[in-house]
Amino acid sequence: MKNPLDSLTQTVVLGFVLTMIMVLVIHALAA
Amino acid sequence: MEWNEVVTLGWWQFAFRWLHVIMGIMWIGHLWYFNFTQTPTMPKIPQELRPGVARYILPEALWWFRWGAMMTIITGLILAALQKEFVQVITIGLSTTPHNPHFISLGIGMWLGAIMWANVWFIIWPNQKKNMGLVQVTPEQRTRAARVAGLASRVNTLLSIPMLYGMTSVHFY
Repeated sequence: MKNPLDSLTQTVVLGFVLTMIMVLVIHALAA
Repeated sequence: MEWNEVVTLGWWQFAFRWLHVIMGIMWIGHLWYFNFTQTPTMPKIPQELRPGVARYILPEALWWFRWGAMMTIITGLILAALQKEFVQVITIGLSTTPHNPHFISLGIGMWLGAIMWANVWFIIWPNQKKNMGLVQVTPEQRTRAARVAGLASRVNTLLSIPMLYGMTSVHFY
C-alpha cells in the first residue's frame, strides 16, 4: 500500500480530516 | 499619553502575539515551501542544476525554518505566560470545570505545535544534516535519512492544518 504522505494532495486532505476530528473532540470535551 | 500608559501588560500580550505570528510565518512558510514547491519540483529540475538547490537554497531555507520553529515556540510560551493561561493551555482546558472550549482548542493547537517543533529539531534537522553531508554517513544511510526527513516534513504539513485551527480559533470559542 502506498504511503498517503507521499502524495501532497492526500496529505492536505488528511490534514482537513484530522481538523474535523479535532473539532468533534473539542465539542465532546466541552459538552 | 505617557509611555507607561501604552506599554501595559495588554500591550506586551499583543506584542508577543505579533512576534509569535511573525516567527510562525517564518517557520510554516518554509515548511510549506519545502512541501508545496521544492520537493515536488526537484524531479523536474535537470540533473546538472539540482546541486544549486541542494547546496545553496536548502541549507539557507533550513536555517530560517528551524530557527523560525525555535522562536515560534519561545514567543508562544512567553505569550501563554503573559496571558496567565499557561496551565490552562498545557492541560488542554481540562484542569478547570466546566471544560472551556477556548483552552481545549488552543491547548490542542499548542501541543500539535510542540510536536511539530520537536519533529523539526529532533527528526528533520538531524536527518537533513546526514542528507546534506554535514554528518558523514554511508550512501544507504544518506538515502534513508532523506526519506525520514521528507516523511517527517510531510507529517508536519499534515499537522499544520489542525494546529492552525487551534491557534486561530481563540476568538471563536
